[in-house]
Amino acid sequence: MPDSIIKYNNFYFRYKKNPNYQLENINLEINKNKFILLAGETGSGKTTLIKSMNGLIPQFYAGFYKGNVIVNGKDTVETPISELSTEIGIVFQNPENQLISLDVEHEIAFGLENIGVPKEIMEKRIKECVKVTEIEHLLDKAPFELSGGEQQRVAIASILALEPKVLIMDEPTALLDPYMAQKIINLLKKIQLDQKITIIISEHRLDLIMPFVDEIILINEGKIIEHDLKENVINGNNFDKIHINKPLIYSIARRLKEKNLYKDKIPASIPEAMEFFEKWV
Amino acid sequence: MIITINETPKIVIKNVYYTYANGTTALKNINLSVNEGELIGIMGMNGAGKTTLIRTLNGLIRPQKGNVYINGENIKSKNVGKLSKTVGIIFQNPNHQLFSNSVEDEIKFSLKNLNLSKSEVQGKTEMVLNTFNLGKYKERSPLTLSGGETKKLALASIVCRDPDILVFDEPTLGQDAKEIEFFTDLIKNEIKKRKTIVIVTHNIEFAIENVPRIILMANGEIIADGPTEELLTKEFLINKCSLVLPQITKFNTALNSIGIKCPKDIRFKNDMIIFLENYLQNKKVST
Repeated sequence: MPDSIIKYNNFYFRYKKNPNYQLENINLEINKNKFILLAGETGSGKTTLIKSMNGLIPQFYAGFYKGNVIVNGKDTVETPISELSTEIGIVFQNPENQLISLDVEHEIAFGLENIGVPKEIMEKRIKECVKVTEIEHLLDKAPFELSGGEQQRVAIASILALEPKVLIMDEPTALLDPYMAQKIINLLKKIQLDQKITIIISEHRLDLIMPFVDEIILINEGKIIEHDLKENVINGNNFDKIHINKPLIYSIARRLKEKNLYKDKIPASIPEAMEFFEKWV
Repeated sequence: MIITINETPKIVIKNVYYTYANGTTALKNINLSVNEGELIGIMGMNGAGKTTLIRTLNGLIRPQKGNVYINGENIKSKNVGKLSKTVGIIFQNPNHQLFSNSVEDEIKFSLKNLNLSKSEVQGKTEMVLNTFNLGKYKERSPLTLSGGETKKLALASIVCRDPDILVFDEPTLGQDAKEIEFFTDLIKNEIKKRKTIVIVTHNIEFAIENVPRIILMANGEIIADGPTEELLTKEFLINKCSLVLPQITKFNTALNSIGIKCPKDIRFKNDMIIFLENYLQNKKVST
């Protein structure tokens, strides 16, 4: 399929010292230019799944695997991580752990230098990605003196500079205050639309993110239990069953629907819900 | 008959200032009083001084100016070890407070120094592991647990010491709905036991549903102190503290803007559901 960018074929993985599989029989296809929410309870396998998308699993983590993951035609077991990192970029929950340089400009240049990007292209890419992430004024600063939200944007910029086709964010707003969290989510949606890339986000604050999501992947006990368009997933049975922090409006509409008072599809955001209530004024 | 009520607040903070070695002033003239059995939340933007403030409560941070009183006593000259029997702090990153080789040892270590016999320690450890659903992991290293489970273990290791005051730094961070429900039940239970609870949180939805009083901080100062529903619905305060309006408030405003007269003081999800059930039932009947 030409739109496919990541494809899992019967993929299994378990860590060396753990007898149970953390990922079990994963068959998943991720397409280009989508904003995808990865949702599941804690310990359901979200982070393990993310680490298997760019070869970190099984290349860097001791364990056992079966099946394969194909990224843009390349098998993640056989392809060097440095090559895969130009396809798939990951920003982890705590950006501090992935910022290592003495100033922001070098931080963003670091990944590019490592894959041997010529200087003139490097300069052009740095310029572009600092503009997108709105950190032009921070280039001379040391990453450790930045606020959490600024660090998160630097981490995103340093990954975007590699021009990945997929940007994966593992709980990007966990450490941020609500205003900054909202700002980062808005920024990510803008990046996804402007750069026409796929963004996969694992996130607990569904209230913030839901309005922007195209598709949802539900993971439970290491298995993908659903992957579909947002409205199909939230109107299905699985979403309600798993213990994730559902948007307030979802819970309200669901309760009203159970009592036969809400007739429309269950909304994911307040504006969507208002379309229903306007009929009942 | 004269009834005397012991009105000494559990926590009193008077004119406290604190500046870090790099020159950053984290606390400016903090004044706060929390009564026994009270549950308060501290909210504010990243870097507002919330974590610094809670660290003054058990002496981890000693204010350069001003005083902190716990149970009416100035804690200036008290050591952290002794204070931690009265004030239990559960930090944001649980890995910073877990260091034993197994989950069971972690709890046993916490119970040390409480003058319990060996069999009492064993009995209490088992009870705590059961209450926190950690029994199945008791032989595992805390390092191999998932984020949510690690947080639970950190929680258990402090709560099992039964301190009068419990302080939580971002307890719902990275937690799923089941874990947040567990935590909510836990604090409700502790409040019933007259424990005093202080929660630092960015989680507005959690605060509006569960915390009756909020302290808002910005740039090292307390800028507001009052009932949660009053503070978290004021837009100028929300903006100043880098918060966002609770979903329930946004929804309420949206309903009113289209002409559905939803009472402004609805704060809980269940009350909103009841209001809408009645509203839609009435509309159905009348159409």
